Amino acid sequence: MSTAKKNKSTLHYQTLPKTETGIIGLDEITGGGLPKGRPSLICGEAGCGKTLMSLEFLVRGAIQFNEPGVFMAFEEKASELTMNVASMGFDLDKLQAEKKVKLDYVHIERSEIEETGEYNLEGLFIRLSHAIDSIKAKRVVLDTLENLFSGLSNQTILRAELRRMFQWLKDKGVTAIITGEKGDGDSLTRQGLEEYVSDCVILLDHRVINQISTRRLRIIKYRGSVHGTNEYPFLIDEEGISVLPITSLGLEKEVSSERISSGIPAMDAMLGGKGFFRGSSVLVSGTAGTGKTSIAAYFANETCKRKEKCIYFAFEESPKQIIRNMHSIDVDLQKHIDKGLLQFHASRPTLHGLEMHLVAMYKIIKKFKPRAVILDPITNLITVGSVSEVKAMLIRLIDFLQEEQISVMFTALTLNNIVNEQTDEGVSSLVDAWILVRDIEFNGERNRGMYIMKSRGMKHSNQVREFIITDKGLDLVEVYLGPDGVLTGSAREAQKLHEQTGDVLRDFAVSSKDRELIRKRKVLEAKISNLQTEFESAEEELNKIYQQEELIKQVTRTTREEITNRRRGEQLIKKGGKNE
Amino acid sequence: MSKQEKIVAYELRLYIAGKTAKSVTALANLKKYCEEHLKGQYKIEVIDLLVQPQLAEGDQIFAIPTLVRKVPEPIRKIIGDLSNEEKVLVGLNIRPA
Repeated sequence: MSTAKKNKSTLHYQTLPKTETGIIGLDEITGGGLPKGRPSLICGEAGCGKTLMSLEFLVRGAIQFNEPGVFMAFEEKASELTMNVASMGFDLDKLQAEKKVKLDYVHIERSEIEETGEYNLEGLFIRLSHAIDSIKAKRVVLDTLENLFSGLSNQTILRAELRRMFQWLKDKGVTAIITGEKGDGDSLTRQGLEEYVSDCVILLDHRVINQISTRRLRIIKYRGSVHGTNEYPFLIDEEGISVLPITSLGLEKEVSSERISSGIPAMDAMLGGKGFFRGSSVLVSGTAGTGKTSIAAYFANETCKRKEKCIYFAFEESPKQIIRNMHSIDVDLQKHIDKGLLQFHASRPTLHGLEMHLVAMYKIIKKFKPRAVILDPITNLITVGSVSEVKAMLIRLIDFLQEEQISVMFTALTLNNIVNEQTDEGVSSLVDAWILVRDIEFNGERNRGMYIMKSRGMKHSNQVREFIITDKGLDLVEVYLGPDGVLTGSAREAQKLHEQTGDVLRDFAVSSKDRELIRKRKVLEAKISNLQTEFESAEEELNKIYQQEELIKQVTRTTREEITNRRRGEQLIKKGGKNE
Repeated sequence: MSKQEKIVAYELRLYIAGKTAKSVTALANLKKYCEEHLKGQYKIEVIDLLVQPQLAEGDQIFAIPTLVRKVPEPIRKIIGDLSNEEKVLVGLNIRPA
């Protein structure tokens, strides 16, 4: 294979050429389809979908791959077949008219046939050959070849002829499907057809466990090719068969660091202020009536507000019921449905088995391509499977969703108030974020408390918040953490009131003290000014004395000078004054 | 079997695919029985499917050789080389079972 890797043409030469079936999922499991130019066997019990699968192989071949096909029916008449598959949108009459498909009904009625002596099935060969040549068929289906055995008694001849038939088909180079009923015990087919068809054997199974049926498919052998070996559930619906290959158990998916809002601002705030990561899985668990569906509806609403598509899988309530109920918290989901952003898929879990649920969801998601998916609630799935089965299914669903970068929100009902890691169908370890809503019973009333148990890769609040549902919507309020512990609901309100009273009283006390202070200051200030006045008068007194003395001095001097001058005469007054 | 239906009361068709040993034996056997039991009131048509493969579907032929009794109705089929005379006669309702 190492050389093959280097050289593509070598690879092409070495690997078995395959013919695509066009059946959703089957080509993935088989790694490209059925072996080209060889017969394959599809076996299984009555009613497991053999005829349908082989017919779909033909029709898809004719429509999608332009490979005409011949359907040789040993069981049902052409008209019956046409009618049976019309419900799946296959118009066999049209395809026959366009020479893309040819139906040939081989009627074998034992009562009409007498066997005398040697014969062979050359007639069948000629018919098949003629049919193949007339439309240049590349694909052939022989539906329940074993009916030959019930119509003819000479087993020796039949077996020899069947061997020849398969060899002949190979020589013709047509890709053939032979269907066979499952035999008793271990044998795959009643007549041991698997002995002749050795290239590819697919077993279909229709099991009923706990009154719920699941269709499964398994490739028993595929010579010369790798293939999925698991049992794969498959679904038959109005679009034919879809097989769900659940092989991705590797943890190599892309991750996004984009954050998306949960729709509740306060919850986003608890989740580091930005909400969940895109493509992450969120579990909302809680006891009955704690508002899980409301949270889910908010999330759906928010997704649609961002103009992103969302699918809501409801397992408990009908879409109309949810829409009506959500009106009470001011969430209008109907407008998103009208815009084609939101899809509801409601089904009772007991409608089909877990695997079928998974296949159905897978299909819907693939088709609608939403950015967010809601499963409400996963707890109900437990009615159709055991805890481990539900867990296995959810693992695969989460895997698939994460690969597609679709955010998912599960809701789960916890049956008691004890937080148990093993409840919630064990998905708590798988999800990226786990939000727990629980009843806090206190003081004769129940209130909802919410906390984030975990949220991978982001800072999140460790606080318990009270979760309130009002006409205006959901909100989170901080619970009161008082000396008596966590208070919620009316107890919280009472405590708040109490605190408010305290505040008022304190305010009052503070203000009277303030006034006292002002008064004291005023008194002091008055005293200060009084003292200042006293000081000023004392100062003035002192100044007065000083000035008096100064004045006296001045006056004395002037008087003396005057006396002196008067003694010396007028003329000398000036001179003497100057000389002195 | 009544005297009125004497003229071509039996329309028989033998489907073969080429001149194989079985086909030749079957045709020889058929002719012999008819001459013995239905002289003058039968018609044999031999159809070679290698030449006319499209005819196989109409009479629901899958084995070779197949003898089909078209008339009288109901249609009866006998497959094989017709080596067992007793069975052929019973099968064609010439002799009651």
